[in-house]
Amino acid sequence: MAGAGLKDAAAIVGIGQTAFARQLAEDERTLACRAVLAALDDAGIAPGEVDALASYTMEQTDEVELAKAVGFGDLTFFGKVGYGGGGSCATVAHLAAAIASGQATVGVAWRSRKRGSGPRPWTDTAVQLPTPGQWTRPFGLLRPVDEIAMLARRYMHEYGVTRDHLFNVALACRNRANQNPAAVMYERPLTREMYMTSRWISEPLCLYDNCLETDGALACVVVGRERARDCARQPVYVHAAAQGLPAQHHGMVNYWNDDPLTGPAWTAARHLWKHADLTPEDVDVAQIYDAFTALVPLSLEGYGFCARGEGGAFTEQGALEIGGRLPVNTGGGGLSEAYVHGFNLVNEGVKQLRGTSTAQVPGAATCLVTAGEGVPTSALLLRS
Amino acid sequence: MLSPVTDTDGAPFWEYAARGELRVQACADCGELRFPPRPCCPHCQSFASEWRPVSGRGRVWSYVVPHPPLLPGYAEQAPYNVVVVELEEAPRIRLVGNVVAHAGAPLNSFDPARLRIGARVRAVFSGGLPQWVPA
Repeated sequence: MAGAGLKDAAAIVGIGQTAFARQLAEDERTLACRAVLAALDDAGIAPGEVDALASYTMEQTDEVELAKAVGFGDLTFFGKVGYGGGGSCATVAHLAAAIASGQATVGVAWRSRKRGSGPRPWTDTAVQLPTPGQWTRPFGLLRPVDEIAMLARRYMHEYGVTRDHLFNVALACRNRANQNPAAVMYERPLTREMYMTSRWISEPLCLYDNCLETDGALACVVVGRERARDCARQPVYVHAAAQGLPAQHHGMVNYWNDDPLTGPAWTAARHLWKHADLTPEDVDVAQIYDAFTALVPLSLEGYGFCARGEGGAFTEQGALEIGGRLPVNTGGGGLSEAYVHGFNLVNEGVKQLRGTSTAQVPGAATCLVTAGEGVPTSALLLRS
Repeated sequence: MLSPVTDTDGAPFWEYAARGELRVQACADCGELRFPPRPCCPHCQSFASEWRPVSGRGRVWSYVVPHPPLLPGYAEQAPYNVVVVELEEAPRIRLVGNVVAHAGAPLNSFDPARLRIGARVRAVFSGGLPQWVPA
């Protein structure tokens, strides 16, 4: 294993999801059960075979509750990953590592969330979590959008990134959602005029720079390479995986290190490419975490698709659209498909490599999936 | 409005602010300033620290203008500005705050259209919180 790391040692062989909507009637636990069972059914694996679980620390459905409801067997590995949307890809990475090291054989990763009809985390004033809220919240820097807008303003100032560049991101996601019947924004086109005249949320970010507020759940099934060959579906291999927490990082208010515009993506990317047989030029399609549009050009720089400061310009001339230089968020992303803490990006990456996306990139064989940028993050490099 | 929920490391900052002083934690061994406060020095790993007075002069590193939905006390003043100020004598020490017309003025008392990255500001104090006014 030394040197090879996780390279293609595990594969995603099943994916499942519930409906996505602003409001769903069922509770998060029920939605979690439905997504997990759908993923296992897709894989052709019985619930009793599952022996590993991974999710986010913000996931409200407990492993014990899920296991007894769905009917799992003995679990020998379970873990949760912190930092909100930064954990999405890491859930799969942790399962892959557990399977590669012999701690488990069949893993399920999931996220269930009633973000559309539930409370916003930032409205909790009793718990100013994380503790460093004392340095920001009294001054009215209250929401994630405020925290990221601060970086976005500085980014736009330093590199000449414009609102049109951010619109390019929002438009690419919306255009893909318009092709995806499961997307919250299916058949709801976005125009430049709508974008430019929409209300501010936190200047310089407007309504369409923000992800959706969605209820829904997703899950995927991870098994070892040998087992994957016998599954019902074409395996999608975890070619490389990484987490990233840079030196002197400080969460979404990452203003206090030497270079705040190089975020966790840069750290994750260094590890990811070091352990891959591929380079950014080999990536056919990417699912890039888009809680806010500005995270996409920053991530394009961090993961090495362009040089520092060129993320805005990279979005020009339809580069992010189907047929462009790097099609992104082909299900519609967090901006226009659903905001389920980025897990829909993982499953969309699998669909692309199976050839079953509603916005299929012809012949896609490699897909980068990233987790929340601005917070300690994670990434997966998937291949068919 | 939200008051700072302090922790052991941060409490001295707020105690000095309540007295109208801007001080930043520094390593008592190697002298490096650090913000936010923390138990030990990331440069030399010393647990000895002191609180060093700073000039209160700085420049706007970035700023945002939040609009509702916001918590009630803030929504009433929105849109207002929130800035990150880098200190003149230590540009990598950056503080979140608000540019206001004068000490104690509301969050929306300074027109965000007049804000610029790089603008010079200086610290004033009101109600135990540092604020910033044009310098």
